[in-house]
Amino acid sequence: MPAYQRMLDPTPNGLHSGESPLLSTVGLTKRYGDFLANDSINIDIWPKEIHALLGENGAGKSTLVKAIYGLIQPSAGEILWRGTPIVLSGPSEARSRGIGMVFQHFSLFDNLTVAENVALGLDGKESFRDMSARLEQVSKTYGLPLDPRREVWQLSVGERQRIEIVRALMQDPKFLILDEPTAVLTPQEADQLFLVLERLKAEGRAILYISHKLEEVKRLCDTATILRGGRKIQTCNPRLETAASLARMMVGGEIREVKSAASRQTTIPRLVVNDLSLTPEEAHGVRLQHISFELKGGEILGIAGVAGNGQDELFAALSGERLSKDPGTVVIEGIAAGHLSITKRRKLGAAFVPEERLGHGTAPRMKLSENALLTGHAASGMVSHGFIDTAATLETVDRATETFDVRKAKRDPEAASLSGGNLQKFIVGREILRNPAVLVVSQPTWGVDAGAAAVIRQALLDLATAGAAVLVTSQDLDELVEIADRIAVMFHGRLSEPLATRDATREKLGLLMGGSSLEPKEAAHAVGA
Amino acid sequence: MQLVLEKRTERSNTIALVSPLVAIGLTIVTMTILFAVLGKNPLLALHAYFIAPLTDSYSLQEIAVKATPLVMIAIGLALCYIANAWNIGAEGQFLIGAVAGSWIAVKTQGTDAGVWVLPAMLVLAAAAGALYALIPAICRVRFGASEILTSLMLVYVADLFLDYLVRGPWRDPNGFNFPTTAEFDSVATVPLLIEGGRLHLGSIIALLVVAAAAILLGRTIKGFEIRVVGAAPRAARFGGFNANQLIILTFAVSGALAGLAGIIEVAGPVGHLQPGISPGYGFTAIIVAFLGRLNPLGIFIAGLFLALTFIGGEQAQIAMKIPLDVTKVFQGILLFYVLACDSFILYRFKLVFPNRQVARGTG
Repeated sequence: MPAYQRMLDPTPNGLHSGESPLLSTVGLTKRYGDFLANDSINIDIWPKEIHALLGENGAGKSTLVKAIYGLIQPSAGEILWRGTPIVLSGPSEARSRGIGMVFQHFSLFDNLTVAENVALGLDGKESFRDMSARLEQVSKTYGLPLDPRREVWQLSVGERQRIEIVRALMQDPKFLILDEPTAVLTPQEADQLFLVLERLKAEGRAILYISHKLEEVKRLCDTATILRGGRKIQTCNPRLETAASLARMMVGGEIREVKSAASRQTTIPRLVVNDLSLTPEEAHGVRLQHISFELKGGEILGIAGVAGNGQDELFAALSGERLSKDPGTVVIEGIAAGHLSITKRRKLGAAFVPEERLGHGTAPRMKLSENALLTGHAASGMVSHGFIDTAATLETVDRATETFDVRKAKRDPEAASLSGGNLQKFIVGREILRNPAVLVVSQPTWGVDAGAAAVIRQALLDLATAGAAVLVTSQDLDELVEIADRIAVMFHGRLSEPLATRDATREKLGLLMGGSSLEPKEAAHAVGA
Repeated sequence: MQLVLEKRTERSNTIALVSPLVAIGLTIVTMTILFAVLGKNPLLALHAYFIAPLTDSYSLQEIAVKATPLVMIAIGLALCYIANAWNIGAEGQFLIGAVAGSWIAVKTQGTDAGVWVLPAMLVLAAAAGALYALIPAICRVRFGASEILTSLMLVYVADLFLDYLVRGPWRDPNGFNFPTTAEFDSVATVPLLIEGGRLHLGSIIALLVVAAAAILLGRTIKGFEIRVVGAAPRAARFGGFNANQLIILTFAVSGALAGLAGIIEVAGPVGHLQPGISPGYGFTAIIVAFLGRLNPLGIFIAGLFLALTFIGGEQAQIAMKIPLDVTKVFQGILLFYVLACDSFILYRFKLVFPNRQVARGTG
């Protein structure tokens, strides 16, 4: 774009006159084979600006920031740093120019201390002691408390993120990229993070903030650029938009509202967990401690919590991928099942959808019909006398395709060739078509486009309306509030008492997610009274 | 311009079929160069290897005889490899099966034992091969020991055990001190299919094994279990399949097939137990399994092809004084190319032209 045109380009908030953008991309394009991950993207990021990068999974957000951080080379177009074209050979060059990044997935060594981890990420030549002192000072200045001597495996996810942020700040970046930083935080922790970001902005730094949480973006960000299908749709001021209008730009159409049945009758308890405790199989795994809950037919129970607090372990214990010595810890349809294999639990009427779609929920390089057989062999009449009924497996694929609008190139492709949303629709469909009495789902819409997410949530609601008991584990509070009747929180392998969804405010859930109990206040109250 | 290896969205079935042929082609090109370097006429050498054995009935029968143990062992190995369990010790299981079956033959020698002898030998050989294969399998499941190493090391144990028996307790008293048992009685011998020929009943058994494996893998839930445990272990566990049980099962089956092949070889073409009953069948079968794409029908074809190289190697030695070891070189090069060509099932080459300037104009 010629310079005169850029001047005419209406900047969302006309604060930038006289300055030049800190960083711009001009026609930035990244091509993978025939696929355009980024298609001629122009974006300007100014000093003292928190700039949101919005888009669904696969919109090209990650590709764009990877190019800006020097992790990948653009196929075409260029990056301007303070108006001058630059070519970044790698992240260390980006860092030396003043570009920092905090990834969604941390790169930390569990068995090293905080200070050692930070030292490993720095290119500098200062002594370890000087570096530790500076680390403590930076963490104090920005209100990011960290003990440099603790080993990473002892720390919570929020603390681990702090290490990454402090590590980035120690290089005094002019421009900081954060990739979905609040995905792993409790609401309270997120609020603290926003204070830090406001302060960094006030110091004259620029921040590129990747997110798909619209309320958060409206609250925090000065500018928002929306990507869809690898293209820039618009740059706007998010405070002048509504969440709905931002969502429309992200999705490119209206999102189907999820409709809950007016009233659902709860029936008999279908899934009961009694004082379930399990030691972890792996080092640094989470120990499940005294988990108890009861789930009736017609009911959806949500389990919230920051990732890594025992949700995976609970799923394995419920599914039977891990067995419990005491049969009574897990009761499915009135039958003690703690010692039963996953196949026997399926025969009792339970169905399971794990978090990982590829490699756990499906065998990636096998056909959909074979993946239908993977869980259907237990109780769906797909096998007789040890022989596979291929027609029955294909029929399951066709029914799931039709009922849940699974889009695929041919009738029976490999699982890995489907997009995340379509594969998830297939997996959920595969289980729901078996009419389960109990459905245990982990992260049902993780990394799934908005359209597919709505279909899946609706399917879970419909299943509960039909009388099944549904257990949903999710890190997305909005999702749980939307579909669950009650919400419990997992923290350090313990499960809180479930709250009725109408009483479960973000504050209450946030406190539970951070490990605080709701009772002490009431107890203190009682003492005071 | 740049050449990159790009992942395919789906595995290419065409390439899966073509890749063994490409590998064979590349091997022949390499061998041509090798023959030239050795100072032999490449065309004559290739003719001796691949054409001459196909021209007379004796050689054709001999190919089937050699292919019999290769195919039987390779079918068992394929089941292991598909399930991601690495049995490298089929040679040892082959020898132990031969020893165990021979025990009955030796003990009934000269008695008037009836027709039960051969079936009993086959059953005992299969059981012994299975038990011998269970040693590495159980070490893997119970203690996490690498089954690749343990199964390989047990080959040498079996080899030396056989050697001890035929030099010691089982040596033929009338055998001029040669390390060999006496010639088996007729009730302890695998019957021939054609009177006066070489083809024996074992080849029929091998065909049945191929058919059974094809049905097992293609149509049964057990076969699905074997495939899914190998392809995606965590998904298999989610599907309710136990990977450890499957390691035990596939090792036992492949051990049994190798043991069966061992006794058929001894009680068939060889006729007595002696060292050197196998020209490395257990190892060559690994190549057969991979060249056959771990697919029963493919293994059947690959077994015939590698048997051809054994026969061709002998003919080339007789006719052109090419060392017999060149056959092993040939087999090694072939395995190398087969594994290399397999990359193209999941990947493809692509030429990439950087077009920075072009896009800048439009940007």
